[in-house]
Amino acid sequence: MLLNINNLHVSINGKEILKGLNLIVNEGEVHAIMGPNGTGKSTLAAAITGRNGYEITQGEIWYKEELINEMLPNERANKGVFLSFQYPVEIPGVSMTNFMRTALNAKHEFEGLPILTGGEFLKRMEEKKQLVEIQAKLNNRSVNEGFSGGEKKKNEIFQMAMLEPALAILDETDSGLDIDALKVVAKGVNALRSNDNGFVVITHYQRLLDFIVPDFVHVMYDGRIVKSGGKELAFELEEKGYDWLK
Amino acid sequence: MNEDKDQNNILEEVTSKEYQYGFYTNIEMDTAAVGLTEETIRFISAKKNEPEWLLEFRLKAFQHWLTIEEPTWAHLHHPPIKYQDIIYYAAPKKKKQLESLNEVDPELLDTFKKLGISLEEQKVLAGVAVDAVIDSVSVKTTFRETLSKHGIIFCSFSEAVQEYPELVKKYMGSVVPYRDNFFAALNSAVFSDGSFCYIPKGVHCPMELSTYFRINAANTGQFERTLLVADEDAYVSYLEGCTAPQRDENQLHAAIVEIIAEAGAEVKYSTVQNWYPGDKNGKGGIYNFVTKRGICKGDHSKISWTQVETGSAITWKYPSCILKGDHSIGEFYSVAVTNHYQQADTGTKMIHLGKNTKSTIISKGISAGFSNNSYRGMVRIAKKASNSRNFSQCDSLLLGSKCGAHTFPYINAGNETSVVEHEATTSKISEDQLFYCQQRGIDSEKAIGLIVNGYAKEVLNKLPMEFAVEAQKLLAITLEGSVG
Repeated sequence: MLLNINNLHVSINGKEILKGLNLIVNEGEVHAIMGPNGTGKSTLAAAITGRNGYEITQGEIWYKEELINEMLPNERANKGVFLSFQYPVEIPGVSMTNFMRTALNAKHEFEGLPILTGGEFLKRMEEKKQLVEIQAKLNNRSVNEGFSGGEKKKNEIFQMAMLEPALAILDETDSGLDIDALKVVAKGVNALRSNDNGFVVITHYQRLLDFIVPDFVHVMYDGRIVKSGGKELAFELEEKGYDWLK
Repeated sequence: MNEDKDQNNILEEVTSKEYQYGFYTNIEMDTAAVGLTEETIRFISAKKNEPEWLLEFRLKAFQHWLTIEEPTWAHLHHPPIKYQDIIYYAAPKKKKQLESLNEVDPELLDTFKKLGISLEEQKVLAGVAVDAVIDSVSVKTTFRETLSKHGIIFCSFSEAVQEYPELVKKYMGSVVPYRDNFFAALNSAVFSDGSFCYIPKGVHCPMELSTYFRINAANTGQFERTLLVADEDAYVSYLEGCTAPQRDENQLHAAIVEIIAEAGAEVKYSTVQNWYPGDKNGKGGIYNFVTKRGICKGDHSKISWTQVETGSAITWKYPSCILKGDHSIGEFYSVAVTNHYQQADTGTKMIHLGKNTKSTIISKGISAGFSNNSYRGMVRIAKKASNSRNFSQCDSLLLGSKCGAHTFPYINAGNETSVVEHEATTSKISEDQLFYCQQRGIDSEKAIGLIVNGYAKEVLNKLPMEFAVEAQKLLAITLEGSVG
């Protein structure tokens, strides 16, 4: 079992957002989390990745049989938890090469693996860039600085490819993407799918799920998962909206 | 006024009193007596076997120093400095010639290693000529021969006084006169040693010149003096780097750097300063009051200052350019980091006197902990300096909410044809940036180092390669423990 969330309650500044959420993700599975705005989808992503200010008041998050409620965000990341951000952050003056090198070195150090040489690292960057059809000049650009919306999202998937996580959470990766960029992003994600990793895809729209076909679809409402089903549930939601689930 | 007079009377009385004991009897001592009197100055001058004109220069400076007071305009707070409790001259017991690095003080080598830079590496890899100044007296000079082939003089200040007195006499005090300010007067009176560099006409110095300073003996003020002259169409890149081992008591440092660029000459002066900043509670640390100034004397000359300031409890420092020659260029690139209780008041002055002169100021302040970081800059464009331009950009980055960043720009444009631009920003390292890095597996300390280095990149890029690497490490080390 990759991820096991049990009766999770999360508060931000004392206000309860998640109110007893349960979710199990196994290796090889893609789970879509859908639901209207303000139901706690992004809060779930933040809680799994350990963001500061998201207080777990009750319940547990188990990752690979380990309780990670209190674990530092960078430790979770090094253990293979990845978040594709809804709003990727700009870091001026820090080149993508430097950023990825630092991240990958941290991971290798954590795993006790040898650090990649400069040559090996650059080769890997070239390989993974092709996966998301990202432009060659990415290397020397500052992290997300001056990137278009589409470039930012592609860059998230590129980083995911570089770090090869076991559990990837995609938070609204489709928002702000035109159909071509969406296809590229989906293609990248599909190329990374394997029997060893799992995905949690947070989205408003069924559209993304045409390209990243989920094994399970969950509907969130008011801090809980109120309905789960197969991929056909997404079509039902597209047709009927969310109101019938409230 | 009366108080001043009284003080002067007392000082005079004291100085003349001590004078009667004579100073030659002390000539065998390696350390001057505690305190500063005319006798101390005569002792230093005699110790260094200086010519009469230099002793006179020192004494004039001392007399002037007695009449002025420490400046108080800087945004700095410190207990009063007891100038009479300082030892103004200390030399290693025996000054012997060192043949190899094995003979260099292992503690010094260790400090170099901590910075990731060793003399060996520098010699071999970078081809840097190193003139290491330990406690005021040069103990090691390398690559002198290579340089002398090009007619370049690079030696300690004391040697220059003995061997090239005409050059020293011509240029010393021509950019920073002893009357310039309190600390310049003090330095002019008691300077112990330093570096001298002369690049002859048309010579492009084939290597980066580097000097390492270290403050060694406790309670010994350091009063270095650097004089750098680039004759017509000459080029030189000069690096200055400093480290100091931990000390409990505050140590005063008041250096002078003077640069002269003749017509068509270019001087690039880079500093990485990492003196002991005091402990987490603000105890100890170096007081650094430095006067650095260059003059673009001839047409089409250029002086560029790049500094990375991470150390010292107090930094008071304004590397400046006097743009006298037409079409001359002045540049100032600075990163100043303060953490814990450090205080920095630093910036530059660009004085445009010639026509079509150009200056650029890029200042990046980073404050953490309880520290205070001020940028103070002056751009003055004289009436005759037509068609001159200045661009200033002063950015401040705050880590945490208990530190301060301040900007004090002074602009004085004396004609209508010149353009002065000033931009300033203040930002904080955002929670979002930190979390983004952490989510990629980078711990918060490393993340801060990464973000800060990115922020300072524009300036770090101006440093020579080997210095840039050292500077990046320093920024991260300085800010350790500043999160959480």
